[in-house]
Amino acid sequence: MADQKLITVVDYGMGNLRSVAKAAEHVAAPNTRICISQKLQDIEDADAVIFPGQGAAKACMQALQTSGIDHAILKSAAEKPFLGICMGLQVLMTASEENQGVNCLNLYKGHAKAFDLADFPKLKIPHMGWNQIHQTQDHPLWHQIPQDSRFYFVHSYYVAPNDRSIIAGTSRHGITFTSAIAHNNLFAIQAHPEKSSAAGLQLFKNFLHWNPQ
Amino acid sequence: MSLAKRIIPCLDVDNGRVVKGVQFVDIRDAGDPVEVAKRYDQQGADEITFLDITATAHQRETLVHVVEEVANQVFIPLTVGGGIRSLDDVRTMLNAGADKVAINSAAIFNPGFVKGACDTFGSQCIVIAIDAKKVNTADGSDKWEIFTHGGRKETGIDAIEWAKKMQALGAGELLVTSMDKDGTKSGFDLPLTRAIADSVSIPVIASGGVGTLEDLCDGITEGHAEAVLAASIFHFGEHSVIEAKQTMQQQGIEVRL
Repeated sequence: MADQKLITVVDYGMGNLRSVAKAAEHVAAPNTRICISQKLQDIEDADAVIFPGQGAAKACMQALQTSGIDHAILKSAAEKPFLGICMGLQVLMTASEENQGVNCLNLYKGHAKAFDLADFPKLKIPHMGWNQIHQTQDHPLWHQIPQDSRFYFVHSYYVAPNDRSIIAGTSRHGITFTSAIAHNNLFAIQAHPEKSSAAGLQLFKNFLHWNPQ
Repeated sequence: MSLAKRIIPCLDVDNGRVVKGVQFVDIRDAGDPVEVAKRYDQQGADEITFLDITATAHQRETLVHVVEEVANQVFIPLTVGGGIRSLDDVRTMLNAGADKVAINSAAIFNPGFVKGACDTFGSQCIVIAIDAKKVNTADGSDKWEIFTHGGRKETGIDAIEWAKKMQALGAGELLVTSMDKDGTKSGFDLPLTRAIADSVSIPVIASGGVGTLEDLCDGITEGHAEAVLAASIFHFGEHSVIEAKQTMQQQGIEVRL
C-alpha cells in the first residue's frame, strides 16, 4: 500500500510505550500504521518518528548506545517529522545533570538541569501533575490547542537550551522552564501528551498531519 | 499560573466491576470501569486510581484486562493498587497501561522492594500507600502509626518516620489514608496529612473521609496535600468532579478546569 503511512514509536526498553501508541492510534487516520519498535529498519522506514522515554538519563543513554538506536534517532531527527516526549526531549541536549552527569545526544547545546527550588520550600519534586504550557511561538503542533492549556507532567529535570530561539513553550514551577522546543522538523515536549486528555490528543493529531518543509 | 492541585476519583474494583461498600458491607455496584473512567475523564478528573479489593489470582487477571481496556480509551494517568508485591506485579500493571502503582503492605514487609521498584521502573511510577491511625500518647501529642490489613493490624511504625523513609528509598509520591476517617464522610485527618506533607519533599495525596466538597478544599489548604482522592461522593452522582473543581477554584485553589 503505497499510501500507507508508518509512524514508529521508538522502543529502547525505557518505559511502557503502549499509552503513547494508543493515544496516537486514537487520533490517526485509517491509512496510518503505528508501530512500537526497536528495529533500526522501522525507524529508517518510518514517515514520522515518536521518541518517548522515562526513567533515568544514564539508563536511557546506555540503552540507546548499546542498541545503536542513537544514530538512527539523530538521522531521523534531521530528516522527518520527529516528536520527542519527556526523556525523549532531555536526551537531545548536550548533557544531563542527572546521575552525577551524563553525556547525551548533543543535538542541541545545553543541559537538562535539576530543579533548584531552595527559594520555594512549598513546591514538590517530582514536578507531578497538570501545568500550563505557554506557547512562545506559533507552531503547527500547537494548532487548536488554546494558549496556556494544561498538560500532564512528571519529571525532576528540565532542559535549558543555549539557543533560545528553539523554545516553543514554557511552564512555571517556582522558576520558568522550557517545556517544549521546536526546530525544523523536530518538536519535543517535556509533558506527556499521551496522558494529557484532549490537549494531548490534539497534539498527536497535529503531529500526524504535520508536513514540515 | 503554576501546577494545579489534583482531584483523583478512586475506583474500588471487584471482579471487573466498580463497587463501593460502606465500611465493607452493603457493596453497591457503581458500574463498568471503562464507562466510569470515561465519565470522570470528561468531567476533568486529573487522574484515576483503581484499587483491587479482592486480589485473588483469577481476579488479578480480570483487573489486568480492566486496566488495559481503560488505558486504551482514557488518556489521563492511571494508578493501580492492591496486592502489588513483586517487581513482576509492577511490570504487569505498567505493561497493562498503568502509569503508577500503589504499594502498601509489601513496603512494610520488605522495604527493599520499594527501592528495587524505584530503581527498576523509576520513582515517577511508585506511589507508597500509607494507612495510618492515631494512637494515644502519654503527653496527649499527635502521633500516628501505620496499620495493615485494612486497619486491623498495627505495626508500631510511626507514620511520619515511615513517610520520610519511603521518600529516601525513592518513592515518587505518598497516598496517605486515615483509617480513623475512612468511610466516615467527616473530612480528611488534616493534622495527619499536614504532618506528613510538611515532612517530605515529594507530593502527598490526601485520602479517607471526604463527605463534602469543602473537605476536598481543606485537604489542600489545611492538609497541604498536592492532590485529593475520593470515591463515594463522585460515584453516585452526589457531586461531579467539575463541581468539586469549581468549589476549589472559588476558594483560590489552582485547578485544571
